[in-house]
Amino acid sequence: MGQPVEARAMIPQRTPAWARGASLLQRQGALIALVGVALFGVLRYGETFYSSYNFWETLRNNSYFALIALGMAFVIMTGGIDLSVGSVVALSAVVAARLSPEGIYLATGAAMAAGLAVGVTNGLVIARFSVQPFIVTLASLLGARGMALLVAGNATVPVDFEHGFIDIGQREIGPVPLPVVLVVIAYALGSLLLNFTRFGRHVLALGGNEEAARLAGLPIGRILISVYAMSGMLAGLAGAILAGLAFSGPPTAALGWELSAIAAVVVGGTLLTGGMGSVGATLAGVLLIGLIFNVLNFERGRGVFNLTVYWENVIRGVFLLLVVLFQHRLTRALRLRS
Amino acid sequence: MARTKPTGQAPRLAPLSFPAVRGTARQHGALAALLLLVLFNALFTARFLTVTSMRVNLTQVATITIVAVGMTFVIATGGIDLSVGSLMAISGAIAPKIFLSDRFPFDAPVLGVALAIVVPVLAAGLGGSFNGVMVAWFRIQPIIATLVLFLAGRGIAQVITGGALVSFREPSFQYLGMGRPLGIPFQVILMVVIVAIAAWVLRSTIFGRYVLATGDNEPAAWLAGVPVRRVKLVVYTVSGLLAGLAGLISIAINSSSDANQDGQLMELDAIAAVAVGGTPLTGGQASIVGTLIGALIIQLLRYTLLSHGVSDAAARVVTAVAIVLAVLLQRRER
Amino acid sequence: MIAEPPTADVLLQAEGVTKTYPGVVALAGADLRVRPGEVHALVGQNGAGKSTLVKILTGAVRRDAGTLIFDGRPINFSSPQDAQANGISTIYQEINLVGYRSVAENIFMGREPRRLGLINWRAMNREAARLLDHVGVHLDVRQPLMTFNIALQQMVAIARAVSFQSKLVVMDEPTSSLDDREVETLFTVIRGLRDQGVAVVFITHRLDELYAVCDRVTIMRDGRTVAERAMNEVTKLELVASMLGRDLGEVQQRGATGFDASTHKVEREPLLEAVHLQRGRSLQDASVSVRRGEIVGLAGLLGSGRTEVARVIFGADRPERGEIAYQGRRTSFSAPAEAIRAGVGYCSEDRKAEGIIPHLSVRDNLTLAALPVLSRHGVVDRARQREIVDRFISRLGIKTSGPEQTIRELSGGNQQKVLLARWLCLHPKLLILDEPTRGIDVGAKIEIQSLIDELAKDGLGVLMISSEIEELTEGSDRVAVLREGRTVAELSRSEISQDAVITAMAHADEDPTAVEGA
Repeated sequence: MGQPVEARAMIPQRTPAWARGASLLQRQGALIALVGVALFGVLRYGETFYSSYNFWETLRNNSYFALIALGMAFVIMTGGIDLSVGSVVALSAVVAARLSPEGIYLATGAAMAAGLAVGVTNGLVIARFSVQPFIVTLASLLGARGMALLVAGNATVPVDFEHGFIDIGQREIGPVPLPVVLVVIAYALGSLLLNFTRFGRHVLALGGNEEAARLAGLPIGRILISVYAMSGMLAGLAGAILAGLAFSGPPTAALGWELSAIAAVVVGGTLLTGGMGSVGATLAGVLLIGLIFNVLNFERGRGVFNLTVYWENVIRGVFLLLVVLFQHRLTRALRLRS
Repeated sequence: MARTKPTGQAPRLAPLSFPAVRGTARQHGALAALLLLVLFNALFTARFLTVTSMRVNLTQVATITIVAVGMTFVIATGGIDLSVGSLMAISGAIAPKIFLSDRFPFDAPVLGVALAIVVPVLAAGLGGSFNGVMVAWFRIQPIIATLVLFLAGRGIAQVITGGALVSFREPSFQYLGMGRPLGIPFQVILMVVIVAIAAWVLRSTIFGRYVLATGDNEPAAWLAGVPVRRVKLVVYTVSGLLAGLAGLISIAINSSSDANQDGQLMELDAIAAVAVGGTPLTGGQASIVGTLIGALIIQLLRYTLLSHGVSDAAARVVTAVAIVLAVLLQRRER
Repeated sequence: MIAEPPTADVLLQAEGVTKTYPGVVALAGADLRVRPGEVHALVGQNGAGKSTLVKILTGAVRRDAGTLIFDGRPINFSSPQDAQANGISTIYQEINLVGYRSVAENIFMGREPRRLGLINWRAMNREAARLLDHVGVHLDVRQPLMTFNIALQQMVAIARAVSFQSKLVVMDEPTSSLDDREVETLFTVIRGLRDQGVAVVFITHRLDELYAVCDRVTIMRDGRTVAERAMNEVTKLELVASMLGRDLGEVQQRGATGFDASTHKVEREPLLEAVHLQRGRSLQDASVSVRRGEIVGLAGLLGSGRTEVARVIFGADRPERGEIAYQGRRTSFSAPAEAIRAGVGYCSEDRKAEGIIPHLSVRDNLTLAALPVLSRHGVVDRARQREIVDRFISRLGIKTSGPEQTIRELSGGNQQKVLLARWLCLHPKLLILDEPTRGIDVGAKIEIQSLIDELAKDGLGVLMISSEIEELTEGSDRVAVLREGRTVAELSRSEISQDAVITAMAHADEDPTAVEGA
């Protein structure tokens, strides 16, 4: 093209330091807090805290939350919500337990397929009939739980120990439990997907401004179906791991997990209105909540205070409240500026 | 929409008889579905038309309806309340603390029972007010604002009871769930009264009009002088109060309070009843009687399936499909 | 109108384009001719059909009839993407980009460069920087778009448009939220585009801008093209006159409205006095006063701060500076409810978004503001409510199947009557009307105008915002003229004329009291 235009009036505006700090806090706050809590734990409890046992067990016990939260993060980034994941975990745990005699691959694959089926159904109804995600996934929350009970025949399904299925929860590769390996792989792929593929960028664009995404000709229906499918599939994997860890497929498991997952995603700095989110920060959000409870356990062990496990929910709620209020202030400050 | 002539008297004093219910087509659809279910059961379900079976169905529907009435108001303003189940657990956890306590040397047991009803309900109402403040003043999305108490509320209930199941026998308190004046379960009477009052409030009071105006077009309502924040605060508070009451009924029926279980999944049942009853989740329109019909439909659907040998699990799947279908059909009509 | 046949140096030729929506004729034969490498202004009042024409050009709306030839070929775009692929891009008034995403991502949204299936961030950022360079902007393309000001976001939108190798860029009011310096930057870019041979269709309500950057202008009115002129051949006054459809010489007009201002009995004491109102950029220094029994017209082009004045007086927005006295006492209503209690009513210009409660009945809509008065202990007095509703339905001649009909089923004129009745049933002292007759058919329009007139005779003070010049000249006892957020003129009864109002709206050179806009 021709000559660059004269640009005397152009003073590219720098973001002021405080705004950059605020947005850094929003994006990486969970990670910063995570490091802080970990440091606190190491200094206060020493060896027992960073012992490989405590470390890996904490990770293992948070692995299914991590998987659900990853799928949920993608859904929320499009501005949607997936309430069905808790029931899907139960359904796929039951499926995996039922098929556990067939070995780890088939059972796990079937569990993921069950989750995928629920997810695709959610996505299709949301995209094709434009019904609110809240209502659609609420119905599949009820439906998938019913399916779980159906498949299980109303009783907890025992897992077969003979054919290697329990490896999905129990096996260790070196010191690393297999569920943790799976989480790492899932998050690595998720991060790649979000940051280095068109699909990932379009997820964020759709959540950020649907009208703009439409005008740019993005395949909105396909994006929506994909994120709900992904969420279902990851919940399916979480269900298989749950079965492997619990040695059974309990159809009543994972009640309310969808909301805990949403809380973790929000703590990770993903905006509930969509358009902004990070895979890494979601993991940080999950781990932060997990680690806080770990630290509370240690405190209880030391007899500092006597909090029952029931404080967990209170703490989770209060924590969510603080994060939401903080985010509210932050986004408002950023909005007002621009 | 029934087109009434501008002239002529409005039907007076016929608030709750069905012909006078000014409903939209979708509520008529819900009513038709309910009648079909009743007819089907009358013909094909053994002992459906007996007092016992009526009592069972109505008793089960009472708690859901009471919570769903509050939910209807919240949804009418364009919001949602996920915390109702947890608020039920809180009120259910507080009540036995009061009437089982030795600290109060109650010479007047009536006072003890009265306190055991009033205090828990107020506590749940306070939780609702908290939701209202978060939504109206901090402008946090209702889903998230009420998610906070969904999580924390159950925890608070569990902390109050120490997580243990508390069993009791306190006939005067349990009248809430066991009483049968004139053979009618007390909570059913309570439900009918609440539905009647709520329908009247929605129809005939300034507050009812404000609720609908806020949900339908908030900026316009505000410019017309509607105190939209206060309206929201009140609906969430009412939702909390009604959840508190439902929590008491539910522990009265069980003769025990279990903070882990009380009110579990209630938010979903209530939302489903509201949606099936023809109240759109987008706000601005609402039908309390529709919500009652919606709750009855869901209950009867389950009852029908179960009494015809369909498993509980399969019944849930059918219910889920029915909810989506109901919402899809209503969407078409818009 | 434009009789010349298409020639080689015409990039876009639109002829006889029509478009009808249910009940509304949006375009009744519009023409537009744009040459390569020219900046072509498209102007007209609200409802003149500019935006419909633009939507047809850019594929957002299909036309009913008419020919469109672009770059020598007949066109009929099915979507904005289709138009974009064929060389026509659009910059919208509200920036249609994604604020949270980086500048580079926004420029390449939908066609991100890839390597081995993965996004090639380096190539994308480099290309984005190069494209921005072309429009003379240098910024960190990795930053989220929202961290830059609106003008820079606008430049990013332009860079995106240019990257499609567009031959024509349509800009729909790109300057409406820019300050002067930002506008200047935008103009630099537009001139640059022109030098590169790209044609620009430029829509704005600010007349000064036309002269600053445009080569030619097409003027539209009532869905038709009424004139096409070279910018340097047309004066501002002519421009405004033909936008409004007025003959400049014809000052004496016979009454075309339902008004008769000569009969008003205006009191001396002011009912409302607002001075030096300031809020944000859109309201700089506006003053206006209303007395009992007086209709005060508030004139000004779109974006002159008219609506902002109304909202501040009504308590819907807080003024940053300035004073408001109501009934002789200094007041600042903190919410509309407070203003309503004090006897003020406000009909917003956007009936749909800020007026009607669509799913509620005529009865509920009509009495919404009066409910506190109509209720005892929170219970609505049905009998009184019914009596009032029936009275106003017959008094204003509201055509409805009954008070229980939902308001969204009513025609625009009848909706407006219900909204007027919403205030009238409160017996207000001051009524603020923002475009009270916009989008209403002629019959209902005259009815509403004579109603307002009658109310003023009964002692009501009215502040009336209008884009219709006769409404102001025939209805008002006084006219205050706003330009760029400032009161630039105040015309008394004897001074009011179409010429005077138009002159003040366009430019206040002739008015000694004028405050020169920056």
